[in-house]
Amino acid sequence: MIKLEHIHVFFDNRGKITSAVKNVSLEIKKGEVFGIVGTSGAGKSTLLRTINLLQRPTSGKVIINDQDISQLKGEALRKTRLHTGMIFQQFNLINSKTVYENIAFALKVAGKGKEEINARVPEVLELVGLTDRAGAYPSTLSGGQKQRVGIARAIANNPTILLCDEPTSALDLETTNSILDLLKEINEKLGITTVIISHEMDVIKKICDRVAVMDGGELLELNDVYSIFTHPVHPFTQSLVNHTLSVELPNRLLDTSKNRLLKITYIGIKAEDAVISEAARIYNVNLNILHGKIEYISNKPYGILVIQLTGSHEDMKNAQNYLIARTFKVEEIHA
Amino acid sequence: MHDTNYTELIDNLIVAFKETFLMCGTSLGLAILLGVPIGLFIYVTGKGVFWQNRMLNGIGGFLVNVVRSTPFVILLVMLIPFTTLVVGTSIGPVAASVPLGIVSIAFYARLVESSLHEVDKGVIEAATALGATKFQLVKEVLLPEALPGLLRGLTVTAVSLVGYSAMAGIVGGGGVGDLAIRFGYYRYQTDIMIITVILLIVLVQLLQTFGDYLAKKSERK
Repeated sequence: MIKLEHIHVFFDNRGKITSAVKNVSLEIKKGEVFGIVGTSGAGKSTLLRTINLLQRPTSGKVIINDQDISQLKGEALRKTRLHTGMIFQQFNLINSKTVYENIAFALKVAGKGKEEINARVPEVLELVGLTDRAGAYPSTLSGGQKQRVGIARAIANNPTILLCDEPTSALDLETTNSILDLLKEINEKLGITTVIISHEMDVIKKICDRVAVMDGGELLELNDVYSIFTHPVHPFTQSLVNHTLSVELPNRLLDTSKNRLLKITYIGIKAEDAVISEAARIYNVNLNILHGKIEYISNKPYGILVIQLTGSHEDMKNAQNYLIARTFKVEEIHA
Repeated sequence: MHDTNYTELIDNLIVAFKETFLMCGTSLGLAILLGVPIGLFIYVTGKGVFWQNRMLNGIGGFLVNVVRSTPFVILLVMLIPFTTLVVGTSIGPVAASVPLGIVSIAFYARLVESSLHEVDKGVIEAATALGATKFQLVKEVLLPEALPGLLRGLTVTAVSLVGYSAMAGIVGGGGVGDLAIRFGYYRYQTDIMIITVILLIVLVQLLQTFGDYLAKKSERK
């Protein structure tokens, strides 16, 4: 679907050359939600922009549906852009046009006639749930509503690709979730290949199928989202993941002179077994749960539990081994 | 000192206002007609914009600067041959409208350029990503988005024109400002000077208020 081959992007800033994207190659499958994550300045936004040539790569190829578009210009480039919708962090709506006119503009650009426009605009407005705000100007809308207009505008021409440049970074948590739900819904309903960039792992976790991790212009790691969370390979990815899955305990609980503190990570089906209570029963130890959470990533559970073991030295050791054998990962926490 | 004949003054004022409106109206019309395209031209050939062309941008900017840096009185005189060529005479309010028009075109072109620069780059980028043609970008995005700024710039231009038009007396253009100079200053009729200046202040206030109103109305906020 989308193939990026050896993409390099250099910026020449008064003779000082900075390279924003360094030799990135990746392939995005038809119909998937593909995430690109990284801190700001990682080059992810620049990389995203090469897909619709808002940013022309210095070298490398952008191949969409087996067609190399990286050298397209003028009318041919304009035509391919009609098949690629894009939404932005700052929404970028035309302030002098109403919600209706903003969407109509996208259709007009595609050469649609009045009748077609008048039929299509209400359709997309309904899809994003903004039918009642058709006549409003963007400045009177909330952030979430603005992004909905952005989405409506981007999908008005039935594109096959939707590029999302930090679509929720200017929104509060609740609105973020509703926008992500909408993007997921559109992806599933219309089968649009969606590429979303974000600096938040939470966004990736919520809607992406696969994710690429970028830092310093380089692609560090690419995998399905569940694997990225459960088996991060690169240290940078590990730190990103730990950030999302961190558990913190108050200092007074970190005194391990009389007991043991275990951080247990369990994934997949194992998360549903009653291992903890079994360990307590078999080995005569007391178990106290201090912290815990379960995340569902791509509908698969990923849990973290911090427990305090008390009992005889031998029993604690056996219980720990029992847990090691039956869970994904057991780490001892020391003060 | 002359005794002021107020009926005569009113007649003079009516004529002067007509002349001022003729001169300022004509040159403001020219400013819209030519200042907008020139300002737009300088903007779109500028760095990082879609018709980036260093040479054309340089030439456009230079011409505008030449007009803007020449003192108006000098320009008025320098342009006499050109004025004669265009309107067939070099005196009177119509003739004065030519140099006034040229000044206002250059003046407004710069203001147009700067209001276009105020348009959010992201909005332009979004329209580009949609696949908009350059014509659509200009017509549907750039100009409508810049409209409040364009109207404010037009108000500033109109107010400056009222000031410039006072110098039109040199080529017999007349107008309110000229009346103030001729009667109030040269003939020491301070009362006439005060009256005309007050009227000019009122005129400028009205222009400003009207311009602000239009700009506000176009803002969509």
